[in-house]
Amino acid sequence: MSRIPDTFARLKADGRKALIPFVTAGDPDRESTIAIMHALVAGGADVIELGVPFSDPMADGPTIQRASERALRNGTSLRDVLALVRTFREQDQRTPVVLMGYANPVEAMGYDTFVDEAARAGVDGVLVVDYPPEESADLTHRLRARGIDSIFLLSPTSDDARMADVGKLASGYVYYVSLKGVTGAAHIDLDEVGAMIPRIRAHVDVPIGVGFGIRDGETARAIGAIADAVVIGSRLVQEIEASTPETAAARLGALVESIRKAMDA
Amino acid sequence: MQMYDLPDRKGHFGPYGGVFVAETLVHALDELRTQYERLREDPAFIAEFEYELRHYVGRPSPVYHARRLTEKCGGAQIWLKREDLNHTGAHKINNTMGQALVARHMGKKRIIAETGAGQHGVASATVAARYGMECVVYMGSEDVVRQAPNVYRMKLLGASVVPVESGSRTLKDALNEAMRDWVTNVEDTFYIIGTVAGPHPYPMMVRDFNAVVGRELLQQMPEAIGRQPDAILACVGGGSNAMGAFYPYITQESVKLIGVEAGGFGLASGKHAATLCAGRPGVLHGNRTYLMQDENGQIVETHSISAGLDYPGVGPEHAWLKDSGRAQYVSVTDEEALEAFHALCRLEGIIPALESSHAVAHAMKLAREMSADQVLLVNLSGRGDKDMNTVAKHSGITL
Repeated sequence: MSRIPDTFARLKADGRKALIPFVTAGDPDRESTIAIMHALVAGGADVIELGVPFSDPMADGPTIQRASERALRNGTSLRDVLALVRTFREQDQRTPVVLMGYANPVEAMGYDTFVDEAARAGVDGVLVVDYPPEESADLTHRLRARGIDSIFLLSPTSDDARMADVGKLASGYVYYVSLKGVTGAAHIDLDEVGAMIPRIRAHVDVPIGVGFGIRDGETARAIGAIADAVVIGSRLVQEIEASTPETAAARLGALVESIRKAMDA
Repeated sequence: MQMYDLPDRKGHFGPYGGVFVAETLVHALDELRTQYERLREDPAFIAEFEYELRHYVGRPSPVYHARRLTEKCGGAQIWLKREDLNHTGAHKINNTMGQALVARHMGKKRIIAETGAGQHGVASATVAARYGMECVVYMGSEDVVRQAPNVYRMKLLGASVVPVESGSRTLKDALNEAMRDWVTNVEDTFYIIGTVAGPHPYPMMVRDFNAVVGRELLQQMPEAIGRQPDAILACVGGGSNAMGAFYPYITQESVKLIGVEAGGFGLASGKHAATLCAGRPGVLHGNRTYLMQDENGQIVETHSISAGLDYPGVGPEHAWLKDSGRAQYVSVTDEEALEAFHALCRLEGIIPALESSHAVAHAMKLAREMSADQVLLVNLSGRGDKDMNTVAKHSGITL
């Protein structure tokens, strides 16, 4: 079963908010990804979003596009990403892992194989960026049958009817994309997020994570005060770009730790 | 086929089409669908579109009996639908004109477009100038170099051209980047997609605007030959000129519909863009359709001498027409397309676009096996002035 609900329940009991870092699997290489995942957990990550590289990441800004290109250059496929999760699980049975990516690698593998392999590898949630609810009921039901959550996006342009549609299918948590734009875009508008969260809560009974545009501990703390989870992606990928494969895990661990401290302060 | 009413309300053509986009675009697409569903039934909008097609684009385009080409092949008569005579030199303006009018009705002041060879970019820049709208065209940086004259044309027309450096730096990456712009500027921006692909309602809308081609043919062919042709041939990259010619004929089952894809160096070489002939279904750019992809679902780079056919996807309605058997899809190599290009230049005094030359090449093959009372109609989707450098280079000549 998905580890996500228990994780959020535990955090709630402790009066803390979830910190969810995103990295692309295979960036800069597959061995580093395992080390980075463990370092993120040691630094205070509650859930890990693991990007599945894709040749045409339409919803991503230049930083995560480059991460995808690096991972594809070293040949990281969806099968490899599932293998990475299996390896991660040898040492970590507790931290939920959410795969985040695009539809076509899943379509190419086939739903049956994908769901089966993901369940056996220890994947807890799946977020397919270009599967909105109306195109993904089939996959969502198959995932749920194997105890895997379907994570959906909401955006500043989502209206109440849309939130209700997403609320019906979503499990684990929903991911509120706090900006009009792509990942790694400009800074977040805290007032706007503050106004949206209660509207989403009226339609969605799973925890709400907020991402896009969160780059430092101070913003993470402010988002943590109004949402259930804080997602940080592009900032971490930039840290990978500034590292060598040998130093990446330590630097990402330290960065996540500093954000965790700011959130808990 | 008695009647044909695809796509369904959610944009599906059988298993193909749909709306496969991130949540950030869902609202904009809903808004566009609602507005377009209203406008496509609105007599005032239709009259406005038809007025522009007549007085600005120069429609109707003629049909022309290519007698000397026919004689050379021996066999079926080859007729051409002269979309090359439209303003800006191709069928692309039918669609950009239609979408610019939709944008105006929606109060959008800024239009964006993606382009490969530059034809759709030029057609978008043209209508933007016509209506005084800001225009930004995304173009792969490789294509910016390969298609320099069209880049200059777009600039003359007042558009900004943004070179795209990501991925393979070609058309598919330009489309990704235009989508990213749209997500970011969705309130004031209208995205004019250049082919019958993308999320619903684009495949339907682009088809509808290009269907003027098929509607004219339905009238023109009986006037010219006393009946409908035996087959209609059109090149297929994304498939907008083909869909425009095919759509009004889908229910006319006596007329064969033949889409001609870019066979590049040959299907066996792997270096081609014959998506329907050699690809597999998947999801890209907002719709489910046939794609050129590897075993892991990554989109692969395609090759064609013709930049306008060099795209790893294809419109979802073509995917449906293929699976249902209503249309058939074949491929023609770079070399065959070039032969047809030269033949049309010398025998008919018409310099065709390299894209359209693919359809001419297949017609030349078919005609030889048919009788003189049979008729093949080729949608000559564009003129070849833009291809001078490519053809000259291939012949070892530097202009």
